Amino acid sequence: MSNANAPKISSVTDLYAVAYGIEAAAVERYELLAAQMEAHNNPDLVVIFLDLARAEGIHRDEIARLAEEADVDVLAHAPRVGKWPKGESAEEVDAGAAHYLMTPWHALELALGGEERALDFFSSVAASAKDPKVKKLAEDFMEEEAEHVNLVHRLMRRYPAPAEAWGHDLDGPVAQD
Amino acid sequence: MESLDTKPARKPAEYRSDVTQIWCPGCGDYHVLMSFTRAFAALGLPPEEIVVVSGIGCSSRIPAYTNCYGFHGVHGRSLALAAGLKVTRPELTVVVASGDGDGYSIGGNHFLHACRRNIDMTYVVMDNRVYGMTKGQPSPTTEPDFDTALSPGGTGLRPFHPLVIALASGANFVARAFSGAPNETADILVEAIRHPGFSFVEILSPCVTFRPDEKEWKNLVHPAPVAPTSDPAKAARRIMTDDGFNIGILYRGDREPYQPAIGPARIDVSELEKDFEL
Repeated sequence: MSNANAPKISSVTDLYAVAYGIEAAAVERYELLAAQMEAHNNPDLVVIFLDLARAEGIHRDEIARLAEEADVDVLAHAPRVGKWPKGESAEEVDAGAAHYLMTPWHALELALGGEERALDFFSSVAASAKDPKVKKLAEDFMEEEAEHVNLVHRLMRRYPAPAEAWGHDLDGPVAQD
Repeated sequence: MESLDTKPARKPAEYRSDVTQIWCPGCGDYHVLMSFTRAFAALGLPPEEIVVVSGIGCSSRIPAYTNCYGFHGVHGRSLALAAGLKVTRPELTVVVASGDGDGYSIGGNHFLHACRRNIDMTYVVMDNRVYGMTKGQPSPTTEPDFDTALSPGGTGLRPFHPLVIALASGANFVARAFSGAPNETADILVEAIRHPGFSFVEILSPCVTFRPDEKEWKNLVHPAPVAPTSDPAKAARRIMTDDGFNIGILYRGDREPYQPAIGPARIDVSELEKDFEL
């Protein structure tokens, strides 16, 4: 995903709205993935995705609180800031990458991608911001995302990368004959 | 024209039901559902003024996952149901959800005549080029060399070209979308719903279970390099010669929608009910 196509940030209000949108979309996506895993009887992944949704939810609520203190209505402002390419914001992990046999390692790999994209986005905002307030806020979000990247790296060490045949199902779906 | 850039009067979540969505993880239809709800929210339509009609297949599960009125009809007959509904209740927004098997094979005949009639409704076909629900048989859009237990070596048959057929049959709006781009797809659906007459939107929606090769589609799709045309001949040439992964509105016609005059009901519903009493 290229930041060239990301929403343009020209004020603190824009940045709060976009940051809130990133976290809110991530919560929604992780909850969707948790529901998919529940329906497909992969309970380990339900727990992981719900944990990820909870973590993003805490971040979302914190941004909402900060925005409120700054007198910014993030929901009202969000539609004025433009859209993400292909309709996916930085931390909206690719739902198309889900698999019913995916492992915690896969979930964390998806999460890592999302956190890195968010870090990349806030870094580019901080680097290009002309307004010092926007720059400062973007740097704060950058720090937060950098912590998340480190956290996911640490979590990934708990779960070894799966064997190559992880998706092999002894009773998998087969074309009818 | 409004776009999704303006504040939606409603939120997409208002159009989602509490029914657990059951598709294979990774299925494109999850994204199509997101596009439906985002489009409805952008249009600001009350859920009770929308009807989502479907036939049979994975894609046809969509009505249950929305909070709108829905009709999960019989295989291939969704357009007939929707046509009857729209001509009698023209004030409703009617959206039909189908798949390439339901829509182009079992319902192929209805597809032609729905385009020809040009009733003001939107027909969304989630094309994954396979019968997913019944475990991987070739559909009318399957490539001729798709090798399965039921079609060893492939069918050898030329695939159906839905967009050209829609155009030739009289559809008033023809577009192609990709499930993996839900906001762009929502934008196309907004335009399709707003456009008078029969709007046909083919959404490339990968079947990750029986067509894992379709995961590659996300790298193949690209925006249509030309603006929509209202010239059907030009549109046909473009569609016939494109690579099948052009995304966008490809044709926007100006035919008058078909809407017969509806007289007063000749019979009360309660009288009809008597005929069905057990």
